[in-house]
Amino acid sequence: MSIVTVTSSVSTRHRPAWFRALTYEAAFYSKTWRASVISSFLFPILYLSAMGIGVGHLVNAHTGLVEGHTYLHFVAPGLLAITAMQLSVGECMWPILAAIKWVRTYHAAVATPLEPGDLVTGKVSWLGARLFVTTAVYAVIIACFGATSSWTAIFLPFIGALIAVAFAAPLIAFSSRVESDVTFTMLFRFVVVPMLLFSATFYPVSQYPVGLRWIVQLMPLYHGVALCRSAAFGTGSPGPLLAHVSVLVAMAIVGYVVARRNLRRRLVS
Amino acid sequence: MPQVTSSLPLVRARGLTKDFGDFRAVNGIDFEISRGESFGFLGPNGAGKTSTMRMVSAVATPTAGDLSIFGLDPHHDGPAIRARLGVVPQEDTLELELTVLDNLLMFGRYFDLPRKLIKERATELLEFAKLTERAHDKCDNLSGGMKRRLTIARSLLNQPELLILDEPTTGLDPQARHLLWERLYRLKSDGVTLIITTHYMDEAEQLCDRLVVMDHGDIVAEGAPRELISQHSTREVLELRFPVDVTTPPIDVLSPLADRFEVLPDRVLLYVHDGDDTLRAVHAAGVTPVSALVRRSTLEDVFLRLTGRTLVD
Repeated sequence: MSIVTVTSSVSTRHRPAWFRALTYEAAFYSKTWRASVISSFLFPILYLSAMGIGVGHLVNAHTGLVEGHTYLHFVAPGLLAITAMQLSVGECMWPILAAIKWVRTYHAAVATPLEPGDLVTGKVSWLGARLFVTTAVYAVIIACFGATSSWTAIFLPFIGALIAVAFAAPLIAFSSRVESDVTFTMLFRFVVVPMLLFSATFYPVSQYPVGLRWIVQLMPLYHGVALCRSAAFGTGSPGPLLAHVSVLVAMAIVGYVVARRNLRRRLVS
Repeated sequence: MPQVTSSLPLVRARGLTKDFGDFRAVNGIDFEISRGESFGFLGPNGAGKTSTMRMVSAVATPTAGDLSIFGLDPHHDGPAIRARLGVVPQEDTLELELTVLDNLLMFGRYFDLPRKLIKERATELLEFAKLTERAHDKCDNLSGGMKRRLTIARSLLNQPELLILDEPTTGLDPQARHLLWERLYRLKSDGVTLIITTHYMDEAEQLCDRLVVMDHGDIVAEGAPRELISQHSTREVLELRFPVDVTTPPIDVLSPLADRFEVLPDRVLLYVHDGDDTLRAVHAAGVTPVSALVRRSTLEDVFLRLTGRTLVD
């Protein structure tokens, strides 16, 4: 039996290299999804129950409606934004460093026709697609809780995907330069968690003193939360909506360009 | 696939140089590798072997010099070159969470091969790597030797014309090494060109038709293993061991008897044409070592002569 015939008549399918990286990610997920299904679906539902129903009961009893909604309805779209960010960020920290440094699978990938940039494109587009589906499921769940009150809620999965991409790209750029995972713990504690808490997720920005509101608005997640709320309730005017989208798109584009450059330096030098 | 005419070298490097900041890892080396050849890069740690491999794999960009692989320029045709290469890196880069079979099926995606073809080849390659029984085991549970074999199997998915192996048997037990060598012979007889780096001299003697010895980024010797031995060493080596309390062996007596000699902490090496003859002369001169051993010169003698005995870290 000849394992290798030198006159190779390889019939390739001519799909772009980044798309091969995307299908690799998808196939990998299809084989390992059990490990992440809890964080993907169960945590959001637990959050929704605890915050929406538990805390919501107190809020409704003491202050009544929040911006014209019950607390459960107010908080549900924000939780969708948080879920999209958290899953995306998690996938772009440890797994990236593992692929670069510990299991080194990215080194195997760049020894094939793929370039480092293809790995970035594959990862970012995969996370966009995955979070589109995840947030679509989530949107249906919150709709069942009655937390959507407009047809514009059909945009929620698109916003979920946009948030995923907007956080994935800069995070890959960051993780491509990190030497130790201690950095990730710091980033999680001092950036991700505060952002998760203070992006007008659990209470409206109007609760902050006027002088501090601009800090909230500086947080990237704030724009995702605002978009989700607008879509769920069919509220918001074009100007601010465009601004929110622009912030997220800008993060995605700048992050993407830097991520391609950083990963190339790290893998190919 | 366009076939490059066999008169052209498969890999050709002229003045190939790689710098990392101020450090020069590869210092303007020249070499040519022909189709079907098995070519070795030897050298101590830090000699520049891995950097050279990474450039020949069309992964790292040379700082200076000309490099052509399959007659193509890796700077412009990197993906096209890599589609025809197989690379076995120094450290395993397998997906530990996936099964043995899935590792092959998934990797085939990178080459954009049709699913059915990937499956056929994966089945063949598992047989080749003696891993068929482990096909559905998690990769994490494999022994070191099995992981290496799986890595080699994976590198053959695209039926490469050139297989690059960076220290393929480091850390393996003798059984695993011999199995790997046997598989590499088979590939060679199938017409695959092999490039191997190693610091096991027996491995180089076994596997390489031709090799270069690298040291500090330079090529310090080049040729077939036997040529190198005859050029840089004598036919035989006489090893004389002296009692520990003999602080200085009788060098003035021994040195005229050998082409070259070397004093090590526990013994004296005499590089000679005929070891038995020299041993008789040693005894005749009234020197009585604790033990004496006559052996043929090996590539290791050449290697140590060219790159020195100082420990390199």
